[in-house]
Amino acid sequence: MLRGRRRMESTLDAQSLISISLRKIHSSRTQRGGIKLHKNLLVSYVLRNARQLYLSERYAELYRRQQQHYPDGAPLLAMPACPPPPAPPELPVLPLPADTQDREVRSCAAVRGGAELLEGPVCAAPPELQRAPCRDSSPGFYRAAGSAGPGGGGGGGSSAAPGLLYAAGCDFGTGGVPHCSSRTTVLDLDTHVVTTVENGYLHQDCCSQCPCCCQPVAGLASPPPAPGTKRKYYPGQEEEEEGVEEGEPGGGGVAGGPPFAPCTKRARFEEYSAEHPQDSSNISNLISIFGSGFTGLVSRQQADSEQPLNGQLCGKQALASLGAWTRAIVAF
Amino acid sequence: MAGVAGGGGVGGSNDFQWCFSQVKGAIDEDVAEADIISTVEFNYSGDLLATGDKGGRVVIFQREQESKSRPYSRGEYNVYSTFQSHEPEFDYLKSLEIEEKINKIRWLPQQNAAHFLLSTNDKTIKLWKISERDKRAEGYNLKDEDGRLRDPFRITALRVPILKPMDLMVEASPRRIFANAHTYHINSISVNSDHETYLSADDLRINLWHLEITDRSFNIVDIKPANMEELTEVITAAEFHPHHCNVFVYSSSKGTIRLCDMRSSALCDRHSKFFEEPEDPSSRSFFSEIISSISDVKFSHSGRYMMTRDYLSVKVWDLNMENRPVETYQVHEYLRSKLCSLYENDCIFDKFECCWNGSDSAIMTGSYNNFFRMFDRNTRRDVTLEASRESSKPRAVLKPRKVCTGGKRKKDEISVDSLDFNKKILHTAWHPMENIIAVAATNNLYIFQDKIN
Repeated sequence: MLRGRRRMESTLDAQSLISISLRKIHSSRTQRGGIKLHKNLLVSYVLRNARQLYLSERYAELYRRQQQHYPDGAPLLAMPACPPPPAPPELPVLPLPADTQDREVRSCAAVRGGAELLEGPVCAAPPELQRAPCRDSSPGFYRAAGSAGPGGGGGGGSSAAPGLLYAAGCDFGTGGVPHCSSRTTVLDLDTHVVTTVENGYLHQDCCSQCPCCCQPVAGLASPPPAPGTKRKYYPGQEEEEEGVEEGEPGGGGVAGGPPFAPCTKRARFEEYSAEHPQDSSNISNLISIFGSGFTGLVSRQQADSEQPLNGQLCGKQALASLGAWTRAIVAF
Repeated sequence: MAGVAGGGGVGGSNDFQWCFSQVKGAIDEDVAEADIISTVEFNYSGDLLATGDKGGRVVIFQREQESKSRPYSRGEYNVYSTFQSHEPEFDYLKSLEIEEKINKIRWLPQQNAAHFLLSTNDKTIKLWKISERDKRAEGYNLKDEDGRLRDPFRITALRVPILKPMDLMVEASPRRIFANAHTYHINSISVNSDHETYLSADDLRINLWHLEITDRSFNIVDIKPANMEELTEVITAAEFHPHHCNVFVYSSSKGTIRLCDMRSSALCDRHSKFFEEPEDPSSRSFFSEIISSISDVKFSHSGRYMMTRDYLSVKVWDLNMENRPVETYQVHEYLRSKLCSLYENDCIFDKFECCWNGSDSAIMTGSYNNFFRMFDRNTRRDVTLEASRESSKPRAVLKPRKVCTGGKRKKDEISVDSLDFNKKILHTAWHPMENIIAVAATNNLYIFQDKIN
């Protein structure tokens, strides 16, 4: 009983830390002197730590509930048949209550399983609407943190990286083959080029439909993946000329393709957050709006991409889904 | 004799104590942001003390000659020169405002009558020449005393102008401007022992400059990953070795220090030495990464050691031992249980500096509530002192302070919860040869000296 309460407290702490951290990242955009890379990197570490604790608690809870309901074996929470990947470097050993040595492995499995459970309905969405979100329209912003390459093991914290801070679009593609690719969009402050990177990361966001969820992380041992598509960065109406320095003015990431619903949602998010810049209590809702705008709402109202964003509707679900958080960070 | 104050001094003698000497700055409670001191630095002789503030100004104090009438009190520091070093700028290309705050000042060794210093904000480094003018030429042929040009036809005789004394005027002029070399925010500058070059470090790169050349710099360290999403650490501080002009160190946000040798390769991305203390897994928390980030690194005067400051401690490293520091001093360990609130109010991101005394026997660093801490490396004694207006009577001895960490609070102790986290001492400096320290407390500069019995 006490364990449960302590667990609940640490989950609540993690939640508040997450919202505090997001608020800091958000407010750093308007700070004088430009975004401080160092500070945002540190904040992203806290975010990652809190999020991992929150999620591992969450999924452990779900797993426990599953065990209670289906003591003979849980078809819903079936572990994928493929071998589990090595512990991702982004899961440091956190002092969770009643932790054991194999907790990390267990929580990895739980996270994967839990993700399958939660992401099931979401990933049923039409593939063409599963896109990485387009860039935030704040000029001069760059993402403060990223994931390390496949570092060795999950031991210790020092080699771990905020590896979960990338957008995970479950891109099914038309053939349903190699999906589970993640896309990350970053703005390079030096060259001012927006780069969308595709790589074969394992990500907990992968849904139950993808049997190849468990691609070994070792696949990433190669040097950073080819930049994939590069596109010019269009903040609002302005045109960024600097992108031409790189030689590739646009990789065709912007034009064409299915309707870019995410951009519409993002514009709304921008308005919302501009109206309520100091409303810290709504940070969770803001994030969930943002997250749901891309997958949550899409799955519910696939035909109606103009559905007004409703924070309450998406709040709980977004909190539970990894994707919302990661996309929120990337957006910032 | 350098040492640490407190109940007992160095070598068992009880004579050593710190006394208040001076305080500079306004007294009002309402502190303008621009007046907040952001850097403090003595020059090589200790006769000049420079401060930079958030408003981009530099104020230089000069020590008065010791007066024979008061042999027991050292010379005071008085304002020598004040000038606007940096102005706020706007980068139109990136829609970014560039703060005028002076991040660092570093003096150059004196080579002639003038003094030179480097001052930097986030993006631009400037070399300033501070020179005195105490003579004025009089008796020009072509112009009047008030400067008006004379009609050449009216000049009937020629004379040689003579130099006449005038009131001392101290002029500061920018001699070099080193700009456009840093994409990220500059956090450090360091003058090399060759007195010809210096380095500047931002979050991801370190550049090497020649003091005479402003349109070019060499990039010697670049830790920017090809993919920014793989970024895991940034450079937090860098410094040249005091004697070996080919050696420098830089610290990272991950609590590591890399020593690089410029003779081994032009690009020093690969370190020669790597200093890291293994993390204690039992102390892991949400904030482990933040508190292990190094905020300052300083070589000892001897060049044999270096000191690093992270959020809760100061560590002394022997350059010959990479796997752990030789000494660790806890600055304010009682804050470890408060990290969550310190994270909320952003105090956990404060970057404290640290400094050595002239003989490397003592180190000093700041804390909150206007406290600053000194550690004697030989006796292992430490003391907490406070920079406050209350103890600002001339030659008043500073009383050691104590923070009560739990249990019953004794008289004169302060409980952790009563600490004022808005009063932080981030910048301190120790005179290179004597026991004189300068402590920046928000907008005030306190100068303390030792008292000789």
